[in-house]
Amino acid sequence: MHRYIPHTKKDTEEMFSAIGIESIDELFADIPENVRFKGEYDLVRSLCDVEVTEEIDKIAKKNRIDMIPFIGAGAYDHYIPSTIQYLTSRSEFATAYTPYQPEVAQGTLQYIYEFQSLMTNLCNMDVSNASMYDASTALAEACMMMNNATKRNKVIISDTVSPNYVKVAQTYGKFRGFEVIVVPSKDGTTDAEKIKLMLDKTVSGVITQTPNFYGIIENSTAISEACHEVKALSTIVVNPLAQAVVKSAGSMQSDIVVGDAQPLGIPLSFGGAYLGFMLTTKKLMRKLPGRICGLTKDIDGNRAFVLTLQAREQHIRREKANSNICSNQSLNVLAATIFLTTLGKVGLIDMADQNYQKAHYALDKIVTLDKFERVYEADFFNEFVVKSKIDYAVIKEKLEKNNILPGLHLGDNKILFCVTEKRSATQIDKLFSLLGEL
Amino acid sequence: MEIKEGLLYSTDHEWIQVEGNIAAVGITAFAQEQLGEIVFVELPTIDEEVKQEDTFGTVESVKAASDIIAPVSGKIIEVNETLEDSPEIMNDNPYGAWIAKIELSDAGQLDGLMDAAAYAEFIK
Amino acid sequence: MYNKLIFELSQPTKLAYSLPKSFINDYQMDSSLKRESELVFPEVSEPELVRHYTNLSNKNFGVDTGFYPLGSCTMKYNPKINEAMATHPWLVNMHPLASKEVSQGSLELMYNLERALSEITGMAKVSLNPFAGSHGELIGLMIMKAYHQKNGDLKRTKIIVPDSAHGTNPASATVAGYDVAVVTSNLDGTVNIESLKETMDDTVAGIMLTNPNTLGIYETEIEEIKTIVKDNGGLLYYDGANTNAILGKSRPGDMGFDIIHLNLHKTFSTPHGGGGPGSGPVGVLAHLTEFLPVPEVVKTAGRFELNYNLPNSIGQISGFYGNYSILIRAYTYILCMGKNGLTEVSENAVLNANYVMARLKDYYLLPIDKFCKHEFVFDGLIDKSTGVTTLDVAKRLLDLGFHAPTIYFPLNFKESMMIEPTETESKATLDSFIDAMIQIAKEAKEDPELLKNSPLNTPVRRVDEATAARDPQLRWVDRTY
Repeated sequence: MHRYIPHTKKDTEEMFSAIGIESIDELFADIPENVRFKGEYDLVRSLCDVEVTEEIDKIAKKNRIDMIPFIGAGAYDHYIPSTIQYLTSRSEFATAYTPYQPEVAQGTLQYIYEFQSLMTNLCNMDVSNASMYDASTALAEACMMMNNATKRNKVIISDTVSPNYVKVAQTYGKFRGFEVIVVPSKDGTTDAEKIKLMLDKTVSGVITQTPNFYGIIENSTAISEACHEVKALSTIVVNPLAQAVVKSAGSMQSDIVVGDAQPLGIPLSFGGAYLGFMLTTKKLMRKLPGRICGLTKDIDGNRAFVLTLQAREQHIRREKANSNICSNQSLNVLAATIFLTTLGKVGLIDMADQNYQKAHYALDKIVTLDKFERVYEADFFNEFVVKSKIDYAVIKEKLEKNNILPGLHLGDNKILFCVTEKRSATQIDKLFSLLGEL
Repeated sequence: MEIKEGLLYSTDHEWIQVEGNIAAVGITAFAQEQLGEIVFVELPTIDEEVKQEDTFGTVESVKAASDIIAPVSGKIIEVNETLEDSPEIMNDNPYGAWIAKIELSDAGQLDGLMDAAAYAEFIK
Repeated sequence: MYNKLIFELSQPTKLAYSLPKSFINDYQMDSSLKRESELVFPEVSEPELVRHYTNLSNKNFGVDTGFYPLGSCTMKYNPKINEAMATHPWLVNMHPLASKEVSQGSLELMYNLERALSEITGMAKVSLNPFAGSHGELIGLMIMKAYHQKNGDLKRTKIIVPDSAHGTNPASATVAGYDVAVVTSNLDGTVNIESLKETMDDTVAGIMLTNPNTLGIYETEIEEIKTIVKDNGGLLYYDGANTNAILGKSRPGDMGFDIIHLNLHKTFSTPHGGGGPGSGPVGVLAHLTEFLPVPEVVKTAGRFELNYNLPNSIGQISGFYGNYSILIRAYTYILCMGKNGLTEVSENAVLNANYVMARLKDYYLLPIDKFCKHEFVFDGLIDKSTGVTTLDVAKRLLDLGFHAPTIYFPLNFKESMMIEPTETESKATLDSFIDAMIQIAKEAKEDPELLKNSPLNTPVRRVDEATAARDPQLRWVDRTY
């Protein structure tokens, strides 16, 4: 018997006799002959741990990991305190089910409550849910929530919102049946004037992002105000790390805030599992999809936490639910909670500021090269776009050969570079000198 | 289970009290017991025109949610805002906790509703 | 019992983080862009922080602390080698937008897992991008819609869902832009063929089924169901929640399902993580592969790359490529189990379920008295005179060191109690669970108040859910108690 299946021969025999069978096949006898799988899977036979480790190691090492990343675009190489891996690995957290039995799930429920408290404070909003899959699906949910709350069916998105998020919203729109209008930007920033002209009582809301896809810090206050004039809603996509130092989404009168908390202690891991989040105002609280944890008391009067406002959710509302989402990314909620408490009041601002400083240092150096120029004038957080006179393919080859992961190519030899707090002066100077050699 | 005489009842477990051209609507004792502890009521908006069988609000308990279905057509002229802060009065006094008042547009629809005796039979 | 929030440990000037001092500090953000308010964040030291979260963990139940008889959740053991592989530094540090030259290993692992899952389910191709089971359902239904639309068949506006289905099925249908038509079930949860015949017509896009169903019964009329649906031009969707019961025994592709999703956090042993992250890959038969979401991983001349160029694809449904770290765990599990081990999984999962059912059916009401697959449902205690409900039984189990079963689901019975033991539980564990259930049945007669008051020994006792929902206190600064 396989090592994960703990029956002895004697156990099996006793169980057969309690059930009244002589062979296991009797329990599968009801499967009709024509749909019974009679062969064996075309897979390996069970491997031992040593063999599995060798196999995975062999595959993993086909990656090149000796690379210093200067790429972001929705996935960021940040400092991850070692407390996170250690604490999230605790079996009591990792192997727990969804906290539907609150009496034996106070650990999970409390960290969700702490996460909600930290995120609402960071983004200056009233209510946070217990997380979504990733930013792209959180954005799609925001579209549906705006439609649901306004009983309208048209969403406007600035094209400075990350294209991956926009594409996911468009996929949802195509099937759910709502319109997604993408509005071209001006100088890398949302064209607020154009959007204002398009706003009327058929629009459920407008989506902007800060820092936007090009790294630029946007102020969406005017958009929010214009939305509210026609009783539409304003959704802002934020980078939670940047929120520590830039204008908070709540101060820009947003109704919904979404984003990805991957920068908060979650490894790159080839794009997942990340941590979508979603916040809203008290007024729209009952339209918010996903799990939400609340504070209450037990029958002895002791403080207790419990999943609440569940009547919004699919397991109660079924086809009338606002969303079909069932799970959250709970273990990553724990990671982000530990991250935010480890960094704390001082550390989060320090870290965010280091991103700002180092990215500006890098840009200033790169634009001293006559083959590179800054594309957008507006101020940015930790990503910026430069245009090169050299073909991107040449840059990519040069940098990858020298162990640097280049920025994302946006086409037309425009490159979106990212510089986080992890990049040292030596690493940035190396990037600079390699580009200078071209 | 209390069923109050003198009211009309719908198959969606709502009671209707008619005064002149105005119908007050609430949920029955049977409905609140089925739902359990009521925690939230989503009220309709004043001046909204509703058609018979339209959903015009929601009652939520901890483990269930139930649409409020318009038993008659008409215009919402008043909503019971007390329910926003104290939804539990629907459990404590279901026949006192009206949700909305509808100005009837078709009084003939009242003939399709049940009286107390018929409703008692209906929930048996 | 530890009872502090992280905010209550905070004292000014305490630090838990360490970053190098920045070599540069010359740049000033314009004040119009700056944050306007202070962070109300805790200030704690690292030792205090570690003790806080360790203490919180002690208030949790997990698979590694005890037995979860949770029906339809497949709470099996989560092998530790999965965790070790998922944190392999060469995989965990790979940026999702790194070029294919840099990321061959990450791509190859996806490709291998995709092939393995296709083989296990009998489908032509699988997309690993969906994030969770319900996300997989939604993506599967989008594929269904894209298929009918491509055929110019635009009158199909409904999805058939059995009344015993999980709530995500009808909710996913709505989000995919469909109306829901419910078919009634027979007593054993199987599809009522007459009801299906009445409902199925050319306005139905397809049907969503689990097999075995939520009551642990194999849908023996699957051939008949397939004929009815296909004759009317519909497609069949397989909800993979219960795949653990049929590994090596029966494949959805062979049953005639056009579209499936799997829950890697159930059948393929990745941890539930207190509610996620999970993973919900979607598989299709050959006639539907063109509709799968982008990107897909392709292999050309021994090299791997992402392909976004699929003109008939439903589009992109995830920021990147799904919950990748979960995919590593599932692939590790498949290698560990191998083809022989996977068959042992279903055999022992089914054996365990039938054993528990056989031993408890004299105490709890068994509405469907025949062999089950991986799970079964009791309709509460046999003796209903005591007033003890399924909720009371569930809460008493918590006191006795077990998690509760899935309760009040499926909706087919008033006092549903759905039990799924999984293959990784030993006979000794099952026996102690059985003893606890028998003890509770006796207590229900002798001391019903004890059950009404339970649990007594858990970190908190029954909680006031009504107050939580009436007056939501969802963050630290709102608290009034």
